[in-house]
Amino acid sequence: MAINIEKIREDFPILSISVNGKPFTYLDNAATTQKPQSVIDAIVDYYRNYNSNIHRGTHYLSNRATEAHEAARKTVKDYINAKNDHEIVFTRGTTEAINLVAFSFGEAFVNPGDEVIVTGLEHHSNFVPWQMMCERRGAHFRVVPFDENGDLRLDVLKELLSDRTRILAFNHVSNSLGTINPAKEIIKMAHDAGAAVLVDAAQAVQHTEHDVQALDADFYAFSGHKIYGPTGIGVLYGKEKWLDAMPPYQGGGEMIDQVSIEKTTYNRLPFKFEAGTPNIVGPIGLAAAINYLNTFNFSDIIAHEDAVLQYGIEKLSKIKGIKIYSKAKKHTSIIAFNMAGIHHYDLGTLLDAQGVAVRTGHHCTQPIMTALGIEGTVRASLALYNTKDEINILVTAIQKALKMLGK
Amino acid sequence: MASIQEIQNSIVEDFSFLPEWDDRYAYLIELGQKIDPLPEQYRTEDNIVRGCQSTVWLYSECRGDKVYFKADSDSLIVKGLAALLMRVFSGQNAEQVSQADLTFFEETGLNKHLSSQRTNGLMAMIEKIQSFAFKCKNGEV
Repeated sequence: MAINIEKIREDFPILSISVNGKPFTYLDNAATTQKPQSVIDAIVDYYRNYNSNIHRGTHYLSNRATEAHEAARKTVKDYINAKNDHEIVFTRGTTEAINLVAFSFGEAFVNPGDEVIVTGLEHHSNFVPWQMMCERRGAHFRVVPFDENGDLRLDVLKELLSDRTRILAFNHVSNSLGTINPAKEIIKMAHDAGAAVLVDAAQAVQHTEHDVQALDADFYAFSGHKIYGPTGIGVLYGKEKWLDAMPPYQGGGEMIDQVSIEKTTYNRLPFKFEAGTPNIVGPIGLAAAINYLNTFNFSDIIAHEDAVLQYGIEKLSKIKGIKIYSKAKKHTSIIAFNMAGIHHYDLGTLLDAQGVAVRTGHHCTQPIMTALGIEGTVRASLALYNTKDEINILVTAIQKALKMLGK
Repeated sequence: MASIQEIQNSIVEDFSFLPEWDDRYAYLIELGQKIDPLPEQYRTEDNIVRGCQSTVWLYSECRGDKVYFKADSDSLIVKGLAALLMRVFSGQNAEQVSQADLTFFEETGLNKHLSSQRTNGLMAMIEKIQSFAFKCKNGEV
């Protein structure tokens, strides 16, 4: 059953605003997605009706807030099909989730001379934490390159994997190009070599398959705000066997069992990794976002987004002088491009003036830009509420911008 | 030569004749296209203004009590903005440049139209211009 796009657009109140006197065309969803009314309502409801600190309170509100917070953990667990609630750790976002693993996994399992592998397609947040960990632990940092289409060189990955590889970290979907990496295959390759795997799912969890058990991911990280939820909340899924064996990331309240001058013992999972008063409302908003997505068949969302994406690539390809960088074997939701002789900032600025929001620059993926030999791109990125009409608006706006820039 | 304030006033007046967004951008682009290209020897690492999505080069010179600037960028819009800054500051008294209050971006409404000034490097350019003028005034360059 096809999804009802008009109804969906009504669910997101911000989509009806105008920008610079023009209808708002939001094509910057890889940066952050807009929020449906149900998410906004859930956040307001929390602050209005049951704001309270959680886990230790003895009063009505605290119990209610604790229940909602923990129910959200279960909602997340079900969405990504984790085995256990306690394998879901709430973080500030994908970045913190990756830093947590880079630190705690590194402390427990990475020793001098060991190797850590990432890919050339990573966002800086799945690159720099591993570089830092390798420096701290005296390990070697290896990078899997990608080819001219934006596909990972799995042949090189195969060569790099060895019995010294402790962990491989890669994104399921590239935020810069939209490449869908063959996650299952990559994870199996790493496991065959005895390495653990972290999947950065920040751009995947809302656009493609997200079953952590089917993927067999050891760690899986994503951000609430890119899946129609609030900012400041993220998720780290980790297999129990790994999380149990890893030391805490931060010390403080919530994460302790017993504290004395001689020795402190740590709380059970997931609280061992959730020091301090958590972002209480974040998971509640995130669960509302997931519940919203759950009102659809996920395959319908994928089909709709793919149809708009294919239409976008087809339409944009016809513009004279365009170079599209998103051309991997499998790819989703992102069209990265440049126009010959035009700076991406100029194009982005003139699109903004026409009410079209895109992102320009290096998209926190400088190694990709270096490999492509460019400074940056214009990136249009889609969500479930985008339409073919909006692609037409984008194309018309690009044509007007080109004219203004003398092309 | 007109004062910094007089030049800012004339820029505000120029923009007041351009109420439509596309006319304003077309004007900026035209200014960018007309700016003299920066000679290759000034396109040095030292002259790159950091904090920009586009690359901006700013060449500064201190002669007597006056400062002179030349700028270039790979973005036409940023080049247009740089052209406005050159018009306001180049050839002015160093002390006055270092203390100048830049009001024309707000008064023309350009600040609302352009995405954050941090992104386009405008703030970084202005800081570099004013700190150079300060050093020039103190005989440090």
